[in-house]
Amino acid sequence: MACVILLLVMQMWLLTATLESFLAGHRGVAGAAFAVSTCLFLLCGVLYGLVVRLDRSRGAEEPPRSTSGPWTIG
Amino acid sequence: MTDKSVWREEFSVDAPEDAYVLRRQFTKFLVLTSFGMAVGNGWIWVRSLLSKEQPAYPEVVIGRASELAPGSVKMFSYPGAEDPCILVRRANGAIAAFSQKCTHLSCAVYYAAAHDRLECPCHEGYFSPDDGRVLQGPPPRPLPKIRLALRGDDIVAVGVGENTEP
Repeated sequence: MACVILLLVMQMWLLTATLESFLAGHRGVAGAAFAVSTCLFLLCGVLYGLVVRLDRSRGAEEPPRSTSGPWTIG
Repeated sequence: MTDKSVWREEFSVDAPEDAYVLRRQFTKFLVLTSFGMAVGNGWIWVRSLLSKEQPAYPEVVIGRASELAPGSVKMFSYPGAEDPCILVRRANGAIAAFSQKCTHLSCAVYYAAAHDRLECPCHEGYFSPDDGRVLQGPPPRPLPKIRLALRGDDIVAVGVGENTEP
């Protein structure tokens, strides 16, 4: 999760730098910035997948939660 | 009544448990934020593609040179009606024109004749009236210079200089 936060900070910086550059009239960097930003987003997605997988594997090791509730009383 | 009331038994999820955010839920939120950033970058890219074509600048008569006293200024819009510019007639007679939008946060700059410089009142950014370069303050780039031509007594704006290098 810390890696995702780090990537997000990089993306924020990239977005502000690209906007500043665009307003300065430098149009050429916008395409490259978009490509890098998309790569960072995909990397975040991959890390999210890892987190989900990790949580699932931990859940498989743990004993199943009790399903007892009001609906099972009696 | 104690905690063993009927409604408590029927509502099986407690409020603290309901407000608990799992790690993967928080990570999902971060990934969605990341998606938003990527979309923002894409929007800038699309805008840059759409505005890539350099428009042909019109020739616009701004005013007459004989009507401008040394140290005076004249406001005009160029190339569009929403592009405010400032024309400066300096004490030595030289004429120069620049975009009036400060390159920091787009505040309107004005000519300070006492200091012979263009000043932005918002964050004290100063520009040279010679070429629009930054003299002081937070502006990252010089002011875009308006190319002028003198035809007889008429001052004609013929284009906008790039002037984007810091």
